Amino acid sequence: MSEQNGQQKEHWHRRLLEGRVGLFAVLTTIAISIGGIVEIVPMFTVRAGPEPLEGVTPYSPLELAGRDIYIREGCYTCHSQMVRPMRAELLRYGNWTRAGEVVYDRPFQLGSRRIGPDLQRVGGKYPDAWHYEHMRDPRSTSPGSIMPPYPWLLTKRIDARDVTRSVVAMQRLGVPYHSVTPENVAASIQAQGQSIVRSLAGMNIQAEPDREIIALIAYLQRLGRDGDAALEARARREAGTGNGAGDGGAASGAAADAASPAGAASSTNLRATDPHAGFR
Amino acid sequence: METSGHGGGIAVADPRPQPPRTRPPTTPDYDDDIVRLFFNATVLWGVVGMLVGVLIALQLAWPAANGGVPWLTFGRLRPLHTNAVIFAFTGNICFTGIYYSMQRLLKTRMWNDTMSQLHFWGWQSIIVAAVITLPLGMTQAKEYAELIWPIDVLIAMVWIVFAINFFMTIARRKVQHIYVAIWFYISFVITIPVLHIVNSLALPATLARSYPAYAGLTDGLVQWWYGHNAVGFFLTTPLLGLMYYFLPRAAERPVYSYRLSIIHFWALVFLYIWAGPHHLLYSALPDWSQTLGMVFSIMLLAPSWGGMLNGLLTLRGAWDKVRTDAVLKFMVVAVSFYGMATFEGPMMSIRAVNGLAHYTNWVIGHVHSGALGWVGMLTFGVLYWLAPRLWNRPLAKPNWPTTHFWLATIGIVLYTVSMWAAGLMEGLMWRAVDDMGQLRYPNFTEIVNQLMPFYWMRLAGGVLYLAGAIMMAWNFILTARGGVNREPSGDVSLPTQERAHV
Repeated sequence: MSEQNGQQKEHWHRRLLEGRVGLFAVLTTIAISIGGIVEIVPMFTVRAGPEPLEGVTPYSPLELAGRDIYIREGCYTCHSQMVRPMRAELLRYGNWTRAGEVVYDRPFQLGSRRIGPDLQRVGGKYPDAWHYEHMRDPRSTSPGSIMPPYPWLLTKRIDARDVTRSVVAMQRLGVPYHSVTPENVAASIQAQGQSIVRSLAGMNIQAEPDREIIALIAYLQRLGRDGDAALEARARREAGTGNGAGDGGAASGAAADAASPAGAASSTNLRATDPHAGFR
Repeated sequence: METSGHGGGIAVADPRPQPPRTRPPTTPDYDDDIVRLFFNATVLWGVVGMLVGVLIALQLAWPAANGGVPWLTFGRLRPLHTNAVIFAFTGNICFTGIYYSMQRLLKTRMWNDTMSQLHFWGWQSIIVAAVITLPLGMTQAKEYAELIWPIDVLIAMVWIVFAINFFMTIARRKVQHIYVAIWFYISFVITIPVLHIVNSLALPATLARSYPAYAGLTDGLVQWWYGHNAVGFFLTTPLLGLMYYFLPRAAERPVYSYRLSIIHFWALVFLYIWAGPHHLLYSALPDWSQTLGMVFSIMLLAPSWGGMLNGLLTLRGAWDKVRTDAVLKFMVVAVSFYGMATFEGPMMSIRAVNGLAHYTNWVIGHVHSGALGWVGMLTFGVLYWLAPRLWNRPLAKPNWPTTHFWLATIGIVLYTVSMWAAGLMEGLMWRAVDDMGQLRYPNFTEIVNQLMPFYWMRLAGGVLYLAGAIMMAWNFILTARGGVNREPSGDVSLPTQERAHV
């Protein structure tokens, strides 16, 4: 706190580090590495890392194509896919989102903003025809919506060879496609597309199965369905086994909250029972 | 306070009259061509990035503003806006400031001019590629890491060129000790490639499409480790480095505290990395991870405010200059917004607060108080300080920066206030439940429509901010007309009265 004195002893930081840039860079690298290593590495090594929920299966080729369209159009910039364990969210959207439900999501689509509503449980919430009309003109189904229309999805075609490349890449990444092979991707797309076309025809909408809108509908209708089914199955199982195991789990689950590594002991990787079960 | 013992860079430490400083014969011939290139790119991409921001802000208030054109829709332009302002506008000002200041701090020319040029043109080609691919819908859908894999590879290669040139320049320095600004630059140069490469690991399916090596929540955690530290090491540390060089130069005062700069540097680079999981609170991410993210975010307040205080206190004894010098006006407001944003951020990381704020416009307001307030205002201050020195003549319109300052400041206030209000409103309406236990506002679009006045107000704020930036660009065009003035001024820096001031 005094006038600088030429004879004063140099600060250790200046003496030891500010002349040694190599050492300085190494220390900086160490400083920035620790946090990331501590937080990220356990996601791969500890059993708490996300594993498939029972019954959650990979996206079909058509759904994968729809997901790529969802990504292309930047839907994630307005829509999250993560229902939080909060009373109002359970009322508005349904079950909160489990880690095991999104294990085939590459990239993840949890989102960061809700300019529009969350979509993680949108699957099965509306008929196919609703989605068709909603994409053509959002305000025809949702008065007051500020979503842009996506009429080009109704005319643009999906290319089965292109979808095959996506499926092959997913397989290389370890996504378990048991019955899907590069050879039957086109047939799979055709079959699932036809079923959506039939459901649209029932609402007097004429559509071709190879259009992008069909793929997007397939994807949206899939969202959250497997997880919901798995959660219902588990609830039934717990009700069946009785002995209050489920109730006890619910009570202690309030402390365990969303997910804790301690809960990973559970064989189904479901961890603690839904802490908010009482709200529904 | 150990002040003048702080590094060899800040020459203007003594407020007393000094003899005119002429270039000593040993002063190396610095490469200022590269600085001018990055300077121009900063201004150009700043205007472009803000213009896209204004367009998408308009689209939220008036959806027809996309004209029904696929590549003008919000979902495709929002990534272009974020990438342009982060990597093009902020990236280029960081490089502008680094190339200008490190040569002077180390008293040596950049190690290799060709590598400097490669860095510049490589970086601009990445930006041009982004401007083309993102509106076409080619994206990896990870925020601020949307660019497709071939561009990711290019980013890594260009960064390696920059890093080699950077460290070789340091190795050939003519001063023994490296000044605090350089510390922050080092953390920037080291951390960005680590974040970029780890987060971008993916398997290509086609030239424009790839799938990440991670899935689901793991992918989310890696992404937000990247995303949060892109804020930390792209929007914070290099700009703190710029603050440590340009603020003392503009104020003609030494840095307030050497010890504080040591503590807050190491604390910042260590703590920042941990905070990523605060983007995933209330997700199915393990509890311990969410808690670590929250706790470290709160701790981050201390080193952040250390930097703010060191900046503001550097102005002690020079506050009268803030009244008259537009450069200092910009810098003071920038450092103040840094303090506000780094207070708000830790607060929003608290679980209960995050439960309300997450997914709302509040987050958008928070981000923009950092982006418009801290990054933007500091950038404008640095640019106005540099322009007369780089072109060796006074600003063509010396009074315009003050007008720009007020346009920008009013713009930020309109922006942040409207987004706070909108965020609180939608957050509360989403969770409102009536006496019967039912949602009070079950129709989502009803809530959306309540936000319209705030969306218009935000647009007005953005337009004012953009107008200021255009004014600045025009001023620089007029100043730089006719190229660099090669008349020797006999002084490294222009005398005060020739600087941009009122």
